Amino acid sequence: MTEKITINLISGRTIQQGVAIEGGKEKPLYRTAAGIIELDPEDFKRLGIWKNTNVRVTSPHGNVVVKAMATSQGPHPGVAFIPMGPWANSIIDPNTYSTGMPTFKGVPVTIEAAASEPILLGIELVQKLCGVKTE
Amino acid sequence: MTKTITDVICPFCGTLCDDLEVVVSDDGKQLLEVYNSCVIGTEKFLHSQAKDRVTRPRMHQEDGSWKEVSYDEAVEYTAQMLAKAKKPLMFGWSSTNCEAQSVGNEIAEISKACCDNTAATCHGTTLIAVQDIGLPSCTLGEIKNRADRVVFWGCNPAHAHPRHMSRYSIFPRGFFTGKGQMSRKLIVVDPRCTDTAKMADMHLQVEQGRDYELLDALRVALKGEWLPDVVAGIPAEKIREAADTLKSGRFGIIFFGMGVTQSLSKNHNIDGAIALTKDLNEHTKFSIMPMRGHYNVTGSGEVFAWQFGFPFSVDLTRGFPRYNPGDTSTIDLLTRGELDAMFTIGSDPGAHFPISAVKPIANMPSVCVDPHLTPTSGVSKLHVPVAFNGVECGGNCYRMDNVPIDCRKVVEPPEGMLTDEQFLIKVRDRLKQLKGVA
Repeated sequence: MTEKITINLISGRTIQQGVAIEGGKEKPLYRTAAGIIELDPEDFKRLGIWKNTNVRVTSPHGNVVVKAMATSQGPHPGVAFIPMGPWANSIIDPNTYSTGMPTFKGVPVTIEAAASEPILLGIELVQKLCGVKTE
Repeated sequence: MTKTITDVICPFCGTLCDDLEVVVSDDGKQLLEVYNSCVIGTEKFLHSQAKDRVTRPRMHQEDGSWKEVSYDEAVEYTAQMLAKAKKPLMFGWSSTNCEAQSVGNEIAEISKACCDNTAATCHGTTLIAVQDIGLPSCTLGEIKNRADRVVFWGCNPAHAHPRHMSRYSIFPRGFFTGKGQMSRKLIVVDPRCTDTAKMADMHLQVEQGRDYELLDALRVALKGEWLPDVVAGIPAEKIREAADTLKSGRFGIIFFGMGVTQSLSKNHNIDGAIALTKDLNEHTKFSIMPMRGHYNVTGSGEVFAWQFGFPFSVDLTRGFPRYNPGDTSTIDLLTRGELDAMFTIGSDPGAHFPISAVKPIANMPSVCVDPHLTPTSGVSKLHVPVAFNGVECGGNCYRMDNVPIDCRKVVEPPEGMLTDEQFLIKVRDRLKQLKGVA
């Protein structure tokens, strides 16, 4: 039985994301590097899912499908991590509190299994959310 | 035969490594191999050689397809867009050289635009804090030669600035730091056990978003005053130990990154970090430095400050520069729906802005000047590919410690491609004609 969990989301750089953005954001490698969410083993248990399962992450600002991965830089209890990019930015808090800076780190989100839903490519995701017509 | 070019500058991150070696073909048209750079820098150089690279401007058509246009047509569209707009935004600038930024500022002045760089979503809050209480800083060379206490607060150079630690902050043997890593104590403050934290002598795994409290607690510990048992998830004992480690050094440096600039409290976190640096200077010599991301975001701040008086978020719509983050800053302008044209250069807001700030870009006249295909080019009306700055053209850039370094051209761009600066000069000249400016 899979569950829905609530967790604190942060976004940030990874070296894989850095390589992918320089290698071409239209390529599937960008999705492999940044269309993921890193979770602690404990969170997989709470969710009742295996590693490398697609999950839907929802915040008050939107929702996105990404792949749940075992964290490479953990443990980080209570915190989930999505590398910076269109997937993280579909759900982070745009409020700047009059500083000009959105709240990229520290967004409460819920995670639930979405094993059969596809993860979109980076450019495709932004175009879809913006309603841009494509070929 | 091939040629090896030495002392090449890497145009990826703010570390601006200047010891790369690049192998090019004899005619200087092909880039074959890159030595000494990190994996990201290598990818940047090699991607300029991609066979599927877009080499001519393209207009997005009604049916969703792209139509190739000439550079002259692209210049005309851009100049007309800026001439007609009441409140255009010229955003980016961090992945291009200072010469192009300066031409961009001329255009902004003629078209009474808002202009901003990627500090908007990076170290903008740092700049606000620096204006509040100053910044006791130094150069990376001083750190290499002197620093025996190194703090990485909310930054992860192992991933974001891969050669920073080997060139300047941890491993190199400097004049007064002859034992390299052995002569330095490394403290990392991060809510995750990052690859940088794994190397640290002490990792303070702060509760996410509670950096301000921990910074304050360290100041309290330095003064030897009472502390609660636990602050921000860190036991008081450990905070006192960290404070003792910091003040027992001969020269210390605090590097900080997005962990503090993008979490809640934002500029106040940096206020706290700078105040801690000031307090530490009562015991020993301490400096503080932001880990700047793009290789020339620092330069963009310098050029803005030199020409307009402010380092980012400048609004020229009234004919003179105004600066008020929260009002004139990019994210707020976009989410409030105040803009009627968007010009992007040397950055990718489509990928790195919250989606609610990207949607308006897709619904207004927009130009994206970028050698890559990006989410921004994907939602813009016109995409203008240009030569890779730092690979296919040179130009001045500023390292994260405000040291200017000239980038080098190592290879020819594909035939007929313009550089950022050449394209901007054409736009500026056409805009002057349209506006009747001499």
